Amino acid sequence: MTGEPMVRALSGREVGELTLEAVRGGELSVADLRIHPETLERQAAVATAHANPQLAENLRRAAELTRLPDEEVLAIYDALRPGRSTPEQLTGLAADLAERGLPRCAALLAEAAEVYARRGLSA
Amino acid sequence: MASQTGPRDEPLTSTAGQPVGRVRFMDAQRVNLDGFAKEEPGLGLIALRSPNDPEPGLVISAGRVVELDGVAEDSFDAIDAYIARHGIDLEAAGEAMGLSDVEFARRLVSPDVPRAEIVRLSAGATPAKLARVLALLRPAELGQAMTKLRARRTPSNQAHVTNRLDDPLLLAADSATAAAFGFREIETTVPVLADAPSNAVACLIGAAVGAQGVLFQCSVEEALELELGMRGLTSYAETVSLYGTEQVFVDGDDTPWSKAFLTSAYASRGMKMRVSSGAGAEVLMAGAEGKSMLYLEARCVALARAIGAQGVQNGGIDGASVAASVPRGLRELMAENLMVMMRNLESCSGNDALMSESDMRRTSRTLPIVLAGSDFMFSGFGSIQRYDNMFGPSNFNAEDIDDFLAMQRDWGIDGGLRTVPAERIEALRRNAAQACRSVYRHLGLVDFTDEHVELAVDAAGSKDLGETDTLAVVSAAQAIREGGLTVLDVVAALDETGYEDEAERIMAMTRARLAGDYLQTSAIFDEALGVLSLVTDPNDYAGPGTGYEPSAQRLREINAIRQERGVEDLRAEQARFATSLLEPAGQAPSGQDPRDVVIGVSPAVGRDVWRCLSGMTVTAVLAELLAGLEEEGCIGRLVRFNDTVDLGRIGLAAARLAGSGIGIGLQGKGTALIHRRDLAPLANLELYSVAPSVTPELYRLLGANAARHARGGTPDPARNPYSDEAIEARYHTTVIALMALERAWVKPGAAPEELSQKGLR
Repeated sequence: MTGEPMVRALSGREVGELTLEAVRGGELSVADLRIHPETLERQAAVATAHANPQLAENLRRAAELTRLPDEEVLAIYDALRPGRSTPEQLTGLAADLAERGLPRCAALLAEAAEVYARRGLSA
Repeated sequence: MASQTGPRDEPLTSTAGQPVGRVRFMDAQRVNLDGFAKEEPGLGLIALRSPNDPEPGLVISAGRVVELDGVAEDSFDAIDAYIARHGIDLEAAGEAMGLSDVEFARRLVSPDVPRAEIVRLSAGATPAKLARVLALLRPAELGQAMTKLRARRTPSNQAHVTNRLDDPLLLAADSATAAAFGFREIETTVPVLADAPSNAVACLIGAAVGAQGVLFQCSVEEALELELGMRGLTSYAETVSLYGTEQVFVDGDDTPWSKAFLTSAYASRGMKMRVSSGAGAEVLMAGAEGKSMLYLEARCVALARAIGAQGVQNGGIDGASVAASVPRGLRELMAENLMVMMRNLESCSGNDALMSESDMRRTSRTLPIVLAGSDFMFSGFGSIQRYDNMFGPSNFNAEDIDDFLAMQRDWGIDGGLRTVPAERIEALRRNAAQACRSVYRHLGLVDFTDEHVELAVDAAGSKDLGETDTLAVVSAAQAIREGGLTVLDVVAALDETGYEDEAERIMAMTRARLAGDYLQTSAIFDEALGVLSLVTDPNDYAGPGTGYEPSAQRLREINAIRQERGVEDLRAEQARFATSLLEPAGQAPSGQDPRDVVIGVSPAVGRDVWRCLSGMTVTAVLAELLAGLEEEGCIGRLVRFNDTVDLGRIGLAAARLAGSGIGIGLQGKGTALIHRRDLAPLANLELYSVAPSVTPELYRLLGANAARHARGGTPDPARNPYSDEAIEARYHTTVIALMALERAWVKPGAAPEELSQKGLR
């Protein structure tokens, strides 16, 4: 479509450069397959405009998470599972994420810490 | 019945203590293999409304929910807490909760209330409120509401592709087949968890061979599934489970917050994702807390929306047969899907677990959803045979694909599938199996033989492969996982082994995914990689004449099932049996000999019609009739009547021409009768009306009986063979075409002509 912003991969490479030629030349890596946070922000705006603010919030959290390596994403997920973390560990993790510029993910963890403590879901 | 006794007060039946034969016969039907449960609210064995379900209610104070469905904030469990904070639109809440249940329900059904208005109101409603409202809808109303409320205009379908052996070549061939049939999502899983990376690679290749733009997932343990997605080997996920009670949620080793985070994790890697829930899960875990299935699911769906998932797979899923075991269970399953649509989410509408041993019950469960149309009619139509479905048999499987294609055509609806010509299926399967073999060889994973490729191409299921090296698959999977293999490695291997088109397809899909449009609600790719979603293809149903209707081209595709036949097909088929026999031998004279019996045949016999419905040739039938006449001392003559297709008239005209006054009438399709010159046209002496079932012996008997009539005897009449099969369904289309061929030769007033018997016997 005309007027659409150019799509880039997380690596910064333009999507149009993801060609078979580039594969043959060994130029591409996994970072070239990853979605860019701006793309997720743009999709979040679309979701808001289509009556789903929760999907928008999810996509904005996802935009933040593009900055974390896979292992850390999986580690945070594990920390959020029941009985894995103390409330202090979760609030600590939240503070760390907030400090590193992931406020929405931080808020999710802070809220979990509070509810887990009340519902006996903490370690 | 119980009072019926014999002279010495002994039961008349020989099966004392057993029900009578009629009941034993009913007991033996397959439906009685199913379990049917008494409603038991305490166990959660209740579909739509339990006495323990809370009254709908919402209290808002200072911009926050302080009471939800009768539970005060300080008593919220984790699910209540998440929904209360994130799942309710406080602006719409007052209006939504203030509507009476009946008024809300009417708005769901009315074409005059737009979908957007239902979405707005539903966002302000609590789980208990939506459960109450949906419990009011009757089956046809559920269908009407579904047609209006699903998010995407164009309906679609998802396939399961698995096999018992995790055989990569068969997975690739079956993925290509599923993609060709029109499935826009393919889901695989494993009988052996360690095989998962190999299955992902095989299905990725196969799907790319079959069609462009097919989304693909590998349903396994959550961390591994995410890892496969991060490497670009899969493109969506749907087995992120939600449950309706806190206890069962925690037993599943998750919380609403961990699931919310996982949902974002998938999106952060550019993967489409939906959550999974459905009736019965809590009951099976003895954790339903006495609530109805619909209310518990209402909590799951509210939570799905609250955590920001774009869609939900529900409608029972693994617990479908639990819901189906209680009264009104099927309504509950369909209401689950509808609730997802009301919450403005993608519905992947169950039908993926075999919920009955009865073909009628399982069809009854699925058909209303197919007729109404859903984002995905099945969250897994088993595109492979039942025994190969490693999710457990789906409600419909490879055994049912032709049935489903016929159902689409019967109702003129789009179930997402299409007919694929046999040659194309073979070509795609061979291409997929060979491409997969080449990639595995190129990457040093497994070296499959030519014979294995050919077995996979031809296989209707994994049992046709014989013994395979399953250990090699485990090793391949391990190498894929530990070697950190990504979609780029698969693309390079395809490219370097001569599969440039397939490599380019996967790259094009990778580029398209990076635009993120397919992360929106109900998104699928079409075969030109356009995204169809709530955003780009919104459902605009507003009553008759609006909403989705298959395009003219799609309708032709739906209609043209491979079993479809026309008159010209039949003409060509009949022509294959044409011979030089039955040459005309001049005008037919009136017979004088009392032994003369005329066999009258219809106008197209010896011209366009050569083969009867029974499969016998017309000439063989005539030979039997003549032999029967001869056995009883008569002489048969063959006469073609050219002025009518009506068998009674042909038989009567034959009788009037015969010296004996007895005639046999035979239509080309094989229907035959004995007539006498003094009878009314529609009367007869004997008749074979069920042409497909008449045997050579019976035709000979008809000939012999005609002779006995000619000699003034009263033979025991020949009787129609009986069949309990759907003879009419099988033959009526052919009858119509045969009669059209007959009719084309009719010339009013044309004289009857004698036909040569030369070469008949």
